[in-house]
Amino acid sequence: MLKDQDRIFTNLYGMHDRNLAGAKARGHWDGTAGIIEKGRDWIIQTMKDSGLRGRGGAGFPTGLKWSFMPKESDGRPAYLVINADESEPGTCKDREIMRHDPHTLIEGALIASFAMNAHTCYIYLRGEYIREREALQAAIDECYDKGLLGRNAAGSGWDFDVFLHHGAGAYICGEETALIESLEGKKGMPRMKPPFPAGAGLYGCPTTVNNVESIAVVPTILRRGADWFASFGRQNNAGTKLFAISGHVNNPCVVEEAMSISFEELIEKHCGGIRGGWDNLLAVIPGGSSVPCVRGENMRDAIMDFDYLRGELGSGLGTAAVIVMDKQTDIIKAIWRLSKFYKHESCGQCTPCREGTGWMMRVMDRLVKGEAELEEIDMLWDVTKQVEGHTICALGDAAAWPIQGLIKNFREEIEDRIKAQKTGRMGAMAAE
Amino acid sequence: MLRRLHSEQPDSFAFTPANQAWAEAQITKYPEGRQASAVIPLLWRAQEQEGWVTKPAIEAIADMLGMAYIRVLEVASFYFMFQLQPTGSVANIQICGTTSCMICGAEDLVAVCKEKIAEKPHTLSADGKFTWEEVECLGACTNAPMAQIGKDYYEDLTVESFTKLLDDLAAGKVVAPGPQNGRYAAEPKSGLTSLTEFDSGKTQYNASAQLAMDIKDGVKRIQGDEVPLLTPWVGKDGVVAGRAAEGQPPKAPEAPKPAVKQAEEAAKAAPKKAAAKEPASPEGAAAKPAADSQAEESQPEVLKEARGGLPDDLKLLKGVGPKLEEKLNELGFFHFDQIAEWTGAEVAWVDARLKFKGRIERDGWIEQAKRLSVGDETEFAKRAKEEHIYDDKED
Repeated sequence: MLKDQDRIFTNLYGMHDRNLAGAKARGHWDGTAGIIEKGRDWIIQTMKDSGLRGRGGAGFPTGLKWSFMPKESDGRPAYLVINADESEPGTCKDREIMRHDPHTLIEGALIASFAMNAHTCYIYLRGEYIREREALQAAIDECYDKGLLGRNAAGSGWDFDVFLHHGAGAYICGEETALIESLEGKKGMPRMKPPFPAGAGLYGCPTTVNNVESIAVVPTILRRGADWFASFGRQNNAGTKLFAISGHVNNPCVVEEAMSISFEELIEKHCGGIRGGWDNLLAVIPGGSSVPCVRGENMRDAIMDFDYLRGELGSGLGTAAVIVMDKQTDIIKAIWRLSKFYKHESCGQCTPCREGTGWMMRVMDRLVKGEAELEEIDMLWDVTKQVEGHTICALGDAAAWPIQGLIKNFREEIEDRIKAQKTGRMGAMAAE
Repeated sequence: MLRRLHSEQPDSFAFTPANQAWAEAQITKYPEGRQASAVIPLLWRAQEQEGWVTKPAIEAIADMLGMAYIRVLEVASFYFMFQLQPTGSVANIQICGTTSCMICGAEDLVAVCKEKIAEKPHTLSADGKFTWEEVECLGACTNAPMAQIGKDYYEDLTVESFTKLLDDLAAGKVVAPGPQNGRYAAEPKSGLTSLTEFDSGKTQYNASAQLAMDIKDGVKRIQGDEVPLLTPWVGKDGVVAGRAAEGQPPKAPEAPKPAVKQAEEAAKAAPKKAAAKEPASPEGAAAKPAADSQAEESQPEVLKEARGGLPDDLKLLKGVGPKLEEKLNELGFFHFDQIAEWTGAEVAWVDARLKFKGRIERDGWIEQAKRLSVGDETEFAKRAKEEHIYDDKED
């Protein structure tokens, strides 16, 4: 188990002093100017060496992303935009950073912005996080007051501003180009790529969009070294990670753990086990609503990192939002609710997604009740394949995968329900 | 759910002075010419002030930001947090219904809402105090099930605690938000499994709930004076340091003016034009010919019937067939000499009624009629008579 000394988020639950003095006492804002003095190339190289992969779901290497920004300005400003539009069902980790450990994020924003030649950083919070916005703004105000932001931020010689901006309840704005559109005051509809944001993003200027957690871990990595961070987790899955475990565990919680921890250890150490014991585990969605669910029996020994969950289980780590479902759960209904979510959140720009999400939800509606034909399971599978990969952004894929996961893992459950509805009795149960 | 403007709208909208100052301060966050970026925060503040987003608010914010009304309306209708219809005077209850909350009992909370507030979402309760809706994931999944009421999250709810919460709110009591089951934040309920070492400065509530209890504005209509307005990014010299250190972003594309504004401006300019009798704008110029043709039409002399019951064969005019002849007869024209005497204004009168604009002039009816009326032949009339071109078509 990860030791407390190796935890980056030392005030995750907000039980300790949340203001600047408290943050400094826990080691934040320590030698920030010195880090910046080491220069852009050193920072980016250290980030690459640390093996940090983006914490927003896609797992793209953070250092590499930063290196796409132009080295020299062509007259246009560059922007860092921090994606705090945390809306993926199951995900609630960035909220804890912003309200309880905000200085990790603000210090990270300064260093990251310097590394990509940006004087301005916008943090785009989801609109519902109102108190979190107030808490983060209070921390930012305090930093301005103490000279850690603004002119010659933290004595680094770099002039730097952090602005909080917020959305108003659109999941799609978590997609980076939709977020940029929204930040420009438009509907959040994703842009075609290319051009990529690093070439033309916010206001047509070079922009990097990073997740809150990706930025908040930066100062500690640079202070303690790439090797320290890389020492956690398996090769290519380095670091510590915030896990948010919800659903049918005895103690749902958000906790920072080392990558590649086993699922069993994560649940036993921090969550007090599965409700009703391990034999009562039905299914787990290991990375937020967008990844396929996994059958409980395959999950117990699973290694919680990007490569294992994708490679071995055909799922994904995503945002490390673990949704646990026990055997009392109606799994078809649980996935139907996700279909409803995606139908609600489709921005309507691409036809396959706009129409497909509604279509998938309506078929799921009937599968929940069992009022369908067996052939419709394959038809639904076919529809998910038609949506997947045929849209501008990944929302279409995200809507398709949970259903594919359901059909792959729980096909007999769906079939039983249809048969039971037709015959008026539970087939398998009656035979026993 | 259809998202459109409510059928009943107030007459006007204005930010309170403190909210106005707040709104203007938000605009300074964005580079020059990019003030449209502030549209979501401003709409949100308007909703916090009024309880919902009204049409006058949309227009006022569009004017403030130099945006077309439609651009602001489409933002207001795109983002689901904007309430486009009136909400409960005390609060709009938002139950998170997405999977994590659903499997932890959100449906029971919805049932409570249906029972205590209204059967359907977005509907005022009998006493007008509450509305409710089921919303998508609110991002507090480890504290499921939960609800957002006003600014605050009430987490780890049960049917009992939620029912009591609604009763307390209706009675005007302040209820501490955050977990309702004794938890502090998102830690394991049975006790800390990590971060036990840095014991210091624990406040009574977690950061979110503490703010709510300090400011006490959870379900209040925001006036802007609840907390002091701070804009630390604007330095003492009025310079935003980061922005001053960087180049200018490319100019924003020109935003067209709202149609209503354009019409107002045109109306303001119009009286001057009339005085000068000189159309200055394209709209004025376009309007002129239509008005002129109205004014310059005059009715020629018409007959009730052909003199002596013997009408001329108007089909001998090139361009006039049996249909048109009938029509001309109906209007009261039977003889070539009548047509030969039409003036310009009279041609316009006939033209307007024949629905063949410009035909009289194009085919030279008056010229032909002049010759035919004095007994001359025209080439067409000669051919028409010889070839009986209309005979077989008449039936």
